[in-house]
Amino acid sequence: MSRQAHGRLRAGAVGGMLLIAAAFFAVALWTGDEAQAVITGRVGDPLVYPSPIELLYSPNGTQLYVLCNESDELRVLDASTGAAIKSIQVGHIPRGISLSPDGSRLFVTNTWDDTLSVIDTASLQVVAEWPVGAEPSSVIEDRGGKHLFVANRISNDVAVLNARTGAEEKRLAAGRGASYITPSPDGSRLYVTHVYPNPTPHRTAPESEITVIDTARAVVVDRIPLHSIAHSFHLTFSRDGRLGVVAEMHPKNLVPLAHLEHGGAFVDTLTLFGTDVGDKPVEVPLDELERYAARPFGVLITPDKKFLYVTSEGSEIVTVVDVPRLLRYIHTHQGPFAEDLSASGNYVVTRIAVGHDPRGMALSPDGSKLLVANRLEDTISVIDTHTNRLASTVRLAAPKQMSVLRHGEQTFYTARYSFQGQIACANCHIDSTFDGLQWDLEPDGFGRDIVDNRPIEDLKGTEPYKWNGGNPNLPTECGPRTEKYFWRSEQYDDLTLSDLVTYIQSLPPRPNRYKLPGYELTPAQERGKALFVRAVDKFGAPIPLTNRCVYCHSGPKGTNQKSFDVGTKKATDNPGLLDTPQLTNIALSAPYLHDGSASSLEEIWTVFNPEDKHGRTNDLTKDELNDLIEYLRTR
Amino acid sequence: MKRIFVTAFFLSASLLTSAAPADAPKAGAVPNMPRFRFENFSTANGLPDNHVYSVLVDGDRVWAGTNNGLGLYENGKWKVFTTKDGLAHRAVLSLALDKNTGDVWAGTMGGLSRISGGQIKTYTQLNSGLSNDVVYGVSIEGEDVWVATAAGACRLNLRTGAWDLYNERNTPMVEIWVYGVSATPTKVYFAVWGSGILEYDQKTKAWDKYEDPDGETELVLFKDQGLIHEITTSVSYVDHVLWAATYFGNSRYDGRYWHNFLMKDSGLPSNFTNAVKGVDANRAWFGTDNGLAYYDGTNWAVYRPSLTTHKPEMTVRDAAGHVTEIHVTSAPAHNYILGIDFQGKDIWVATAEGLSHGIFQP
Repeated sequence: MSRQAHGRLRAGAVGGMLLIAAAFFAVALWTGDEAQAVITGRVGDPLVYPSPIELLYSPNGTQLYVLCNESDELRVLDASTGAAIKSIQVGHIPRGISLSPDGSRLFVTNTWDDTLSVIDTASLQVVAEWPVGAEPSSVIEDRGGKHLFVANRISNDVAVLNARTGAEEKRLAAGRGASYITPSPDGSRLYVTHVYPNPTPHRTAPESEITVIDTARAVVVDRIPLHSIAHSFHLTFSRDGRLGVVAEMHPKNLVPLAHLEHGGAFVDTLTLFGTDVGDKPVEVPLDELERYAARPFGVLITPDKKFLYVTSEGSEIVTVVDVPRLLRYIHTHQGPFAEDLSASGNYVVTRIAVGHDPRGMALSPDGSKLLVANRLEDTISVIDTHTNRLASTVRLAAPKQMSVLRHGEQTFYTARYSFQGQIACANCHIDSTFDGLQWDLEPDGFGRDIVDNRPIEDLKGTEPYKWNGGNPNLPTECGPRTEKYFWRSEQYDDLTLSDLVTYIQSLPPRPNRYKLPGYELTPAQERGKALFVRAVDKFGAPIPLTNRCVYCHSGPKGTNQKSFDVGTKKATDNPGLLDTPQLTNIALSAPYLHDGSASSLEEIWTVFNPEDKHGRTNDLTKDELNDLIEYLRTR
Repeated sequence: MKRIFVTAFFLSASLLTSAAPADAPKAGAVPNMPRFRFENFSTANGLPDNHVYSVLVDGDRVWAGTNNGLGLYENGKWKVFTTKDGLAHRAVLSLALDKNTGDVWAGTMGGLSRISGGQIKTYTQLNSGLSNDVVYGVSIEGEDVWVATAAGACRLNLRTGAWDLYNERNTPMVEIWVYGVSATPTKVYFAVWGSGILEYDQKTKAWDKYEDPDGETELVLFKDQGLIHEITTSVSYVDHVLWAATYFGNSRYDGRYWHNFLMKDSGLPSNFTNAVKGVDANRAWFGTDNGLAYYDGTNWAVYRPSLTTHKPEMTVRDAAGHVTEIHVTSAPAHNYILGIDFQGKDIWVATAEGLSHGIFQP
């Protein structure tokens, strides 16, 4: 969306806030002409937008499947006219889609239901819904039709299902945040990428991996390390299988974020691997000075291996890479390349502006058109692959009005507000969650005041913010602080900041997978809860009120919203107390403590609580500590 | 007493000697016991250390847990994993294969490590729910990793990530020094040093305990009326039969009857047994301080370097107690045996002075 369009939005916002929007379901347009933005104002009511996130052509190329992330549906369009054929309701917040090798079935992963929808492509009916792991994010069926492989983001594994019955046969341990599965062109291997970094020693560079699965044996056979990579997304292969490419983010979290003006926050990169590359993977940047490619997500190589297309969510562009030039560059130049902002000029052909939050892509069967799903704009950009120019933009049937929440979400995901468009809120809050990293945020010297990134779900009632409790509310947290220390650039206008805050406050807690149905506690969780609320230690001595777990971590969110000294501050920390963090889904957000020095919940007490200042725990046996942790995992 | 035996467990075999069966060969048909050509590995040909605590066969691959790293033998070459690769500790005491996922689990002197796709993830008593960092045994059944440690047993559920600890507070365990574990879909058995055998029923979740009816003595007053001794070192549950090793003989239990094996009335080369691995309900291999022994349900065979000449030696003892020496040209690397695994008809043996591959000779 252009800045002029934003201006129109802002102008109409006051009136728009008072409007009650009627649901609007227009017939999808597929005219080939650039669609006009028909948004007329901003409204306070939450509206449900389709939010296309992935695209897929049907096996015969006559239909286009559009996976809609917010409206929980799979839309089926006529691939030539764009006419709506059907809307198929799937589970809550679908994220991944794939076709069975014989084309008879479509699979959709539903992230908040922990289910897999099976759709018959002939009847376009959901014929089965199978339970899988925690937050299933993508799915692939093997060539022989024996197994389905489902990447589960929260349980960090790949479920192997019987492809006929859906019965789960086993789970394969993947990396942290397993999210996207890509088969090799011959189908013999599956490659899994991950949106969160694997655990590493405190204050060391992040590490991720490509988990490689032998499809026939359904076992993990390799883990290709991705050094310095924290978040990786889609992976693709050239048709000949000689080149693999991963879209990824390379954070520079070991240096102060204040160095954004020196290109110091992230490098948006690709990792190349395979026979065309050599023995070791090679990381190459997409960024150039003032032309960043924030948050690469989708990758696609044309069948002739001439071009590589990459969507960048935050920069709202598709980067076009000349593949032969890219390969020539890495073989004729000395690496490492990742932080060389002059490198991409050697292989990037052009950057095509598309819509808000571009995600998945699909190449038309004849290869002439590249379709791009713009999630936060409900449009599909159509790129002419001969000219590498935007040919048209197609608007899906969607509410005409812009809601406060949608505008807030767009603000959260776009990188346009930061210095040279480098980063956005979503850079550190991957898909509105967290990043598993620790940052040196403020310009107080290298290595001072390191802070762990906290999740942002269910935030209402957990203020103040920052680990030092310095920001009393979200407008302060997201406004002046973000503008000064993070963006070092354009300030939000008041309404945009208000919309952003409203969006963040609207983020609900994800389902807690450690709770039993009905929220009953297991015996271990019950025992742990008793320890959490206890007032007397095992020797019969009273525990001072302020040294009981339940005192600081009180209330439904697990915080009394006050600051304390729990004995965890380091010599490199600035003076002051530490805010009590909320406990919502605490099991998911390792590492822990204000600086992320505890790699697990256990280490909070086995390593970092020698004087019982972080609750009375040193009287507990190992089994009792395990019980306490089992209870915490239900919060 | 306990300290003495633990010290002995880690001492090299050169310090440990014991009398061997001295029966002279008798005339008559010699039982046809399996013969092997032993190929021995040492640091000279790539093994990370000659002191090998454990061995695990994974198809064509062989893992060796040594005193100085974990070795993987594949395609004729050794690859070594060390603490620099994330291994919990250099001393790898136990190994187990997750047959579902292909992952390998290594119990070490400093925690539990999972090797998957060539990368290592480590669990310790500080960073996880693991009961203790000294992991003597590990066994995988379904989605559960069962662990024998120096401070009780525990179970990691791979699906939920939950740890369950088992010790004197919630089981009949008296001592908490758990040396071995064998997990199956129906039962899980633990060799508890000084506390006999502990049994966990997977269906009823109930615990049971098997102890030496003679108590904590080295006397055998009630042979075949229970476990041979409290100081157990290894268990193997196969075909609903429990094989148990102790420092004072070995036992077989079929759920109703016990049968004990002592050096004086069986073909065991020593009562001091570090490892047992059942082939089926009737056959088992024993790793002692005086050689490798095989029991086929009737007869015994012993494979070792001679205790006197150190030349390769194989002896066969029939049901009548007649011992026949078989001419062989190779033997396990050492007679102090710590671990056993099978590769088809071949056998792999962890010893105090190298890893041995017994290649079956038809």
